[in-house]
Amino acid sequence: MMKHILIPEHRKLNEEETKEILKKYNVSRKQLPRIKINDAAILELNPEKGDIIEIIRSSPTTGKSYFYRVVV
Amino acid sequence: MSSVYDEFNDLPELLIEEVKELSKGLDSNERKKVLKRVREEFEKAKISPGEAIGVITAESFGEPGTQMILRVFHFAGVAEMSLNLGLARLIELFDARKKPSTPLTTIYLKHGYKTDLSKVKIIAALIKETRLKDIADEFSFNLTQFRIEVLLNKKEMRDLKITESQILTTLKDNFKDMDVKGDNGILKIKPKEKDSLSTLYKLKEKLKYVNIKGIKNVGQVTPVKRDNEYVIYCTTDDLKSVFEVEGVDITKTTANSPFVVAELLGIEAARQVLINEAVEVIKNQGLDIDIRHIMFLADVMTNKGIIKGITRTGITSEKESVLARASFETPIKHMVNASLVCEEDKLKSVIENVMLNQPIPLGTGLPGLVAKMKEDSVKRKK
Repeated sequence: MMKHILIPEHRKLNEEETKEILKKYNVSRKQLPRIKINDAAILELNPEKGDIIEIIRSSPTTGKSYFYRVVV
Repeated sequence: MSSVYDEFNDLPELLIEEVKELSKGLDSNERKKVLKRVREEFEKAKISPGEAIGVITAESFGEPGTQMILRVFHFAGVAEMSLNLGLARLIELFDARKKPSTPLTTIYLKHGYKTDLSKVKIIAALIKETRLKDIADEFSFNLTQFRIEVLLNKKEMRDLKITESQILTTLKDNFKDMDVKGDNGILKIKPKEKDSLSTLYKLKEKLKYVNIKGIKNVGQVTPVKRDNEYVIYCTTDDLKSVFEVEGVDITKTTANSPFVVAELLGIEAARQVLINEAVEVIKNQGLDIDIRHIMFLADVMTNKGIIKGITRTGITSEKESVLARASFETPIKHMVNASLVCEEDKLKSVIENVMLNQPIPLGTGLPGLVAKMKEDSVKRKK
């Protein structure tokens, strides 16, 4: 897709990482914030429902911050 | 050198950077001590579970909100464009109104265009909407032939680089049931079926507003010099069409409407727009609200992958508890609907417990009693 200063880096997690993240935060997929499957920023990642997308934001307070969204 | 920091990779990047900067003269042992102390402070600064951050955010917005101007329209900034400012804009943002009352697109230009004013002006002309009435001198009726004649202004056309044949093709596309002919500066438009005079009048009004060139509904287009490069401000939220114009840097150009950005660039970009716009409004008013509150609000609004406003149709409608929803707006509607479908209220959140005069699950009220049990008794319970 496109590069844009407003779009932070999006990355699809593999199965292992997904498990790790869910365990680390002690959450189920349902509790995670969502991202639509046709979201412009993840089109080229070929997401499927239930995939978890890692978003690496540059935050003014912490520098780099990781955010997770589940594809719906 | 780097190994000292590896141990502390749970700390935010910015903190590490700061320590690196400030601890230049120290040896690694001392630096480790500093980092340990930093981590201690960081853990203390973290928000504890059960903290009512929503209320704190609301208060942080509420108090400065009382000091904001209520006068809505104001000519602001370098571009002399009317912009919706102050409290009204903030409400518009957080209510997630679909259309901003003053749409604005900030267009950045590609290398090779952005410093050359003449090229910038050409792009601005490409974006600005030209309607038929802008390049016509006169619209007249020819009643004997039952047609409309449009006298074109050739000088304007030359300035805007529009040819007569261009106009003819756009008109033919727009009015399929008309006979459109051009005759050296005069357009002749005749309805194929002869109708009453009033339809001819209506046709004339329609003709005036036909889009000949540029992006539809673009009002002002103002190039402004900003740090060695030209930026074009343009009062539209049609970001998609702007992206298609040649010379526009599509990696930087943005609009001030989170919805437009969400559609084109995704939900994360929309979140960023929400934050940027809110910060801008607050800064313009000479106020200071910690950015964490704004980020929190933006996170909540974009939590579901779409933008939801803080309204009764937005995030409030997603509350699990009937009583909590009823306490916000339109209580009777919620009560009636809930009783119709036999909804259950688990009293898990704050407001419904306040209503029932019970301890609220917040702060020290959140944890239940935790007791150590013998393993086999836990198993039996399960």
